[in-house]
Amino acid sequence: MLEKNSNVDQLIEQFKTLPGGLLPLLHAVKHAVGYVPDSAVEPISKALNLSRAEVHGVISFYHDFNTHPVGRHTVQICRAEACQSMGSRDLEAHAKQCLGIDYGETTPDGLVTLEPVYCLGNCACSPSIRVNDDIHARVDSSRFDELIAEFTLPSAEVSGVSS
Amino acid sequence: MSIQVFIPQDTTALALGAEKVASSLLQGAQTLGLDVEITRNGSRGMFWLEPLMEVETESGRIGFGPVKLSDVESILSMLNSGSVGTASIKHPLYLGEVSEIEYLAKQQRLTFKRSGVADPTCIESYQRLDGFSGLAKALSMSGQDVVDELKNSGLRGRGGAAFPAGIKWQTVLDTPGEQKYIVCNADEGDSGTFADRLLMESDPYQLIEGMTIAGLAVGANQGYIYLRSEYPVAHKLLNLTIERATKAGFLGANVCNSGKDFFLEVRLGAGAYICGEETSLLESLEGKRGMVRAKPPLPAIEGLFGKPTVVNNVLTLGAVASILEQGSDTYKNFGMGRSRGTLAVQLAGNVKRGGLIELAFGVTLREVVDDFGNGTFSGRPIRAIQMGGPLGAFLPESQWDTPLDYEAFAAIKAMIGHGGIVVFDDTVDMAAQARFAMEFCVIESCGKCTPCRIGSTRGVEVIDRIVANEDRDNNLILLHDLCDTMELGSLCAMGGMTPFPVRSALTYFEEDFGISSRRDH
Ligand SMILES: Cc1cc2nc3c(=O)[nH]c(=O)nc-3n(C[C@H](O)[C@H](O)[C@H](O)COP(=O)(O)O)c2cc1C
Ligand code: SF4
Ligand code: FES
Repeated sequence: MLEKNSNVDQLIEQFKTLPGGLLPLLHAVKHAVGYVPDSAVEPISKALNLSRAEVHGVISFYHDFNTHPVGRHTVQICRAEACQSMGSRDLEAHAKQCLGIDYGETTPDGLVTLEPVYCLGNCACSPSIRVNDDIHARVDSSRFDELIAEFTLPSAEVSGVSS
Repeated sequence: MSIQVFIPQDTTALALGAEKVASSLLQGAQTLGLDVEITRNGSRGMFWLEPLMEVETESGRIGFGPVKLSDVESILSMLNSGSVGTASIKHPLYLGEVSEIEYLAKQQRLTFKRSGVADPTCIESYQRLDGFSGLAKALSMSGQDVVDELKNSGLRGRGGAAFPAGIKWQTVLDTPGEQKYIVCNADEGDSGTFADRLLMESDPYQLIEGMTIAGLAVGANQGYIYLRSEYPVAHKLLNLTIERATKAGFLGANVCNSGKDFFLEVRLGAGAYICGEETSLLESLEGKRGMVRAKPPLPAIEGLFGKPTVVNNVLTLGAVASILEQGSDTYKNFGMGRSRGTLAVQLAGNVKRGGLIELAFGVTLREVVDDFGNGTFSGRPIRAIQMGGPLGAFLPESQWDTPLDYEAFAAIKAMIGHGGIVVFDDTVDMAAQARFAMEFCVIESCGKCTPCRIGSTRGVEVIDRIVANEDRDNNLILLHDLCDTMELGSLCAMGGMTPFPVRSALTYFEEDFGISSRRDH
């Protein structure tokens, strides 16, 4: 926790003078810590000369800024129309059942957090899901199971494009 | 000489396994001692063929697709046979010369002419394919001349509202101010759309060029691309190409030795659909909650940080580069009525051949869906088409002969919007779709207006009661009342147009609500 806070302090220093820097800062905090901890609100509000309520209001407005820890992998299922037309409602039900969790929850072993997403720009090859920073196309139930099974392989690592 | 192979690096190709195909091909070639050079190009937008591999031969670029990992071996043995051109024809995935594939050959590609041709991050390739020549022309013109050129082209904003781009630029040019901004709306939140993404991933320099031209024309030295966080691949490619363009002198201080500056930065959104609305986007760029602002003041006069600001969609700014390069008359000659130029149609959902289709305005919806889509993916009949994103109406077959033209669509209470077409087969439950339209509004409303914030929650409940046959007649009246209130009492199109998909579902597919007895759910 101590380490996380010094991390956050560094990021605040880095972003505090950037015009409109609050969103980039929150993204950076999320990237470094995995979520936006409550303990970050006070130092951020001080450094950016905002009230705590304002900072809190921004955090809660955006779907991306979760305020609690997430699992090692984040799986987002596209709920938007093009994916619906290709059976994403069934995929959602399957995913929830197979992981035993609902949207916004993490599996008890801390491996997977499930989230909804509204379009990944892959609508010509739906249904789409995003696993960390990788998007997958034409995901049916069995493809979903394959992708989840990869997490428990010994070589599994958090994949992704760093930003 | 090495064999030149192209494997795309856009999101959809990657989502279908392009990375593994590329690495396995490279590895296999090394094992065989075969000299293969793989270029990671952008996508042509023929997504049903992805991963689409192309091989340079004497008779042009030959395509193979969709390539699965299990196809790599047979492709390698074909490449190894010495004369690729002859051997390729026998390969089961052979598609012939890519530029002659009907899906592509039938299009009028202006904005997307370079998409998929080369490595999108390579500046030299971009310049070889006429890139930055629009900027060169703009540099030799006055700001007013550039704006006049844009006005003459007839280009209207491609983000959805179809406002004439030249008039918006004129306002910013005419508004005095030391500091002005160019903001690119890359929030692309509509389901069924991916054209912005494709342009940013397959031809990012074109967007950079268009924004630089805008900056020079109206006197803005700072640009921002507001990119949705759902696009990690575009994010990476934009950051890389901005860095390269800056190093090469096309961005930053003293653009092309013109004495003028234009700095460009990407800012990530954070998963809020409403931030695609331009004033909400500006609030978000300022680091605030994405609450929609009342207009006036127009962003062109008081925009980002209160300064005069051009806010344009990715495709609008992309088109600017090609209009400057090829001349506004060329652009204007495409299209119908007041819809000039080309529309980047995005064919999505339950179709066999989904992808990007750039066409002059004027073809009918049916022509696009039939000629390009080739039926549904499921093989079942098409029942409904939603055009223009989550706020667009559901269209029954009787409306599919409407030409793609902003005014023709408005006349049937529908919209072209950003050009996304989502096809549904006959298993669709239109009551569930209407319910989702309301639910989406609940999730994404910025919360400023009561009809949008509360009305959408009530809408979900009322639809549930109608479907459950609880006091159906009265609840139907209530739903129409609610839709009226949302249409009339909302500040922006989120609340104001959510009733469009709801009402069209009710009007044209009433049996799904249990109103007549064609279906029994
Ligand atoms: C709810 C809502 C969402 C919108 N989403 C987008 C979007 O994702 N991308 C976009 O370019 N325009 C979007 N718009 C339209 C913008 O408000 C604005 O008209 C556009 O950015 C102007 O650029 P253009 O003239 O080049 O189209 C949206 C509008 C509304 C009301
Ligand atoms: S209509 Fe909805 S999204 Fe638009 S300003 Fe009002 S509350 Fe916000
Ligand atoms: S609707 Fe699911 S990717 Fe676009």
